[in-house]
Amino acid sequence: MDLTYSAEHQAFRREALAFLEAHRHAAPRGGGAAQRPSAEAVAWQKLLIAHGYAARTIPKEYGGYGAAPDILKSRIIGEEFARAGVPPGLQNQGISMLVPTLLELGTEDQKRQWIGPTIRGEVVWCQGYSEPGSGSDLASLQTRAREDGDDFVINGQKIWTSTAREADMIFCLVRTEPDKGKHDGISYLIFSMKTPGIEVRPLVTMTGHAEFNETFFTDVRVPKTQIVGKRGQGWFVANATLKHERGMLGDPGQLESRFLALAELMRTETAGDGRIMDNPILRDRLLRLQAELAAMKFNGLRVLSASANGGDAGLARLIVKLQSCELAHQISALAIDALGELGALYDGSPHLRSHGSWQQAYMFQLGLIIGGGTAQIQKNIIAERGLGMPREPKLATEEGRL
Amino acid sequence: MDFGLSSEQRMLQDAVTRYLSEQSPLGHVRDIAAAATPYSPDVAAGLADLGVPGVIIPAAFGGMGLGLLEAALVAEALGFSVAPVHFAGAHVMAPLAILLGGSDSQQQAWLPKLAIGAARAAVAVSQAVEGRDGAGVIARDGWLDGTALFVLDAADADLFVVADTSGALHLVAADAPGLTQIPLTTIDKTRSVGELRLTGVKADPLPRGGSETTRRIIDAGRIMLAADILGAGTAMIEQAVVYAGVRVQFGRPIGSFQAVKHMCAEMAAALEPCRSLVWYAAHAFEHAPEESTLMACHAKSHLSEVGRFVARTSTEVHGGMGFTDLAGLHYWFKRIGLDRQLLGGPELVRNEAARVQGWIAA
Repeated sequence: MDLTYSAEHQAFRREALAFLEAHRHAAPRGGGAAQRPSAEAVAWQKLLIAHGYAARTIPKEYGGYGAAPDILKSRIIGEEFARAGVPPGLQNQGISMLVPTLLELGTEDQKRQWIGPTIRGEVVWCQGYSEPGSGSDLASLQTRAREDGDDFVINGQKIWTSTAREADMIFCLVRTEPDKGKHDGISYLIFSMKTPGIEVRPLVTMTGHAEFNETFFTDVRVPKTQIVGKRGQGWFVANATLKHERGMLGDPGQLESRFLALAELMRTETAGDGRIMDNPILRDRLLRLQAELAAMKFNGLRVLSASANGGDAGLARLIVKLQSCELAHQISALAIDALGELGALYDGSPHLRSHGSWQQAYMFQLGLIIGGGTAQIQKNIIAERGLGMPREPKLATEEGRL
Repeated sequence: MDFGLSSEQRMLQDAVTRYLSEQSPLGHVRDIAAAATPYSPDVAAGLADLGVPGVIIPAAFGGMGLGLLEAALVAEALGFSVAPVHFAGAHVMAPLAILLGGSDSQQQAWLPKLAIGAARAAVAVSQAVEGRDGAGVIARDGWLDGTALFVLDAADADLFVVADTSGALHLVAADAPGLTQIPLTTIDKTRSVGELRLTGVKADPLPRGGSETTRRIIDAGRIMLAADILGAGTAMIEQAVVYAGVRVQFGRPIGSFQAVKHMCAEMAAALEPCRSLVWYAAHAFEHAPEESTLMACHAKSHLSEVGRFVARTSTEVHGGMGFTDLAGLHYWFKRIGLDRQLLGGPELVRNEAARVQGWIAA
């Protein structure tokens, strides 16, 4: 147990702090978190890449910074940007999922064409995986890509395509060989969202916002060269990206900032005769969550250490998505309960607290519990891969879905 | 930067685990549980050969001179095997009290003997955690009077570390005139808890044994109890997974049913992060003293909650068999049950955690 950083990492932290000090004035206002980055956000992203604070390990020839992977340096960047309240490098599905996939399995041309503009935020992607009939059982997907000359002709429907309205491009799973087994007939295509025959309909969720879309394909023609990996290998290619998606969820730093906001709310807001914090029942719930948060935070450090040392924390890693999504949801639930009647206010109502973010988060986090591998699928994975329990007979196989 | 155990730490834990699996199997635990005193001198002697009683006692006094993290790893191993021996009180809290609060002569008199298991110490600090009607030891003019409840590791003790009503600590030899020892019977027949009645007992105060020292030993004790739950919970999950893999109903192992599989996954998902919390709390005790009390509170309260969930769920996975004495699962269930109550239940401990952070008045 050594929680100190090496001299090299300490020096790296000082460099990051110096960079933040010198450049923070150029950071985009509003955090640059919009789904289509502004010109200001793209400029900021370029600056971050040039200094190695974004696209750090992407090779130089593809437009990245070209550093060797060092998970502790990535963490230091994350910590210092968060502490400084400065928006970090762009995070979107193109950067977190498509780019690693192309690096692993793309052709040289594909890498040169797409990685640079994607990491700079100039090209925005959406993900076409889930379908109305294929959620947890993703490999049963039915969107069909028929061969016609040099093209595939795509017909079908995708759902949960967040950013589809803003996206330039889509990475999409389609069935190219309907006669083969369900995992063997899938291909991974990339194509423009401006291709004729694509219709995007916003999907309004319980939050009242359309965070997602439904995307319909009618005779959409895509050149056969726009495949990643070989025909019929799409399931394998997609697993390379799903692995990256699971890695994205459950950031303990984000949980901690939500918790601190909740504790602050309970210390400052009064209800009845005193502060909310003086209510022993609500306080007890707060402390329960704090202990759980501490456990998840140190679990995260353990997973990180294992990974930095070239190992795998196994069970400690497998439980992260399930536990952190649930914890985030419980933090929001307590904030709502602590606010009492005020907790029900929404949509810019008078007397709204924290801009209504607690109800919004409470609902959206339920979506996160379901999305990206439902809680129930997570439990199957924990039991089967983490504990070695027997599989459900005839359960659709989920191999590689880590 | 390495959040994990060193190979030496793993070896220590493995050595204790291996010794217990060989010398303290469930059959031995059953024998001790049925005996008059819930304490196995044989297992205690074997653990003494491994150096366990002196784990945190400095080498200058003949101990291993290790830290609280190593002690927590031993506690976890003991919980894993429901070992019917002393630990949190005798080998962590008592020596720590003497180390932090004792005079040179008190340290010389007791630590070398405690380090090799030649003498045993018990700890009577329950009143400093939560007052009880009819309990409390009053120190007056060099004499101690009153009653101490929930004395940890009471059986066979040569020495008691006793907190008075001001929170100050005293040493009381087991043969001191005016001292009466009464065993208490808890659900857990693998550990010894007792009561002391003191009538005009000569006080031997620890000169630096004020309430700050008491605070420290309670923090350490809570971390040990949390580690004990961690070990016991780990064992209960392992047993549930094994049982679900071999128990066949409706023509298939019950572990292939999602209802059962999800119970096991929920246990593992809840307990696994606890491992890191216990490690960190033990580490912080020495390396981040400003966080130490808060982390000890979090470890104790959180492990108590998760432990209760695991104890109950593992029993359910075993179906009717889990409810019987045949499976023996109840030894772990009860071990966790006692750990939860000792040195403050989760609600009390969480309230302390709020106070430590200044969220409510001290």
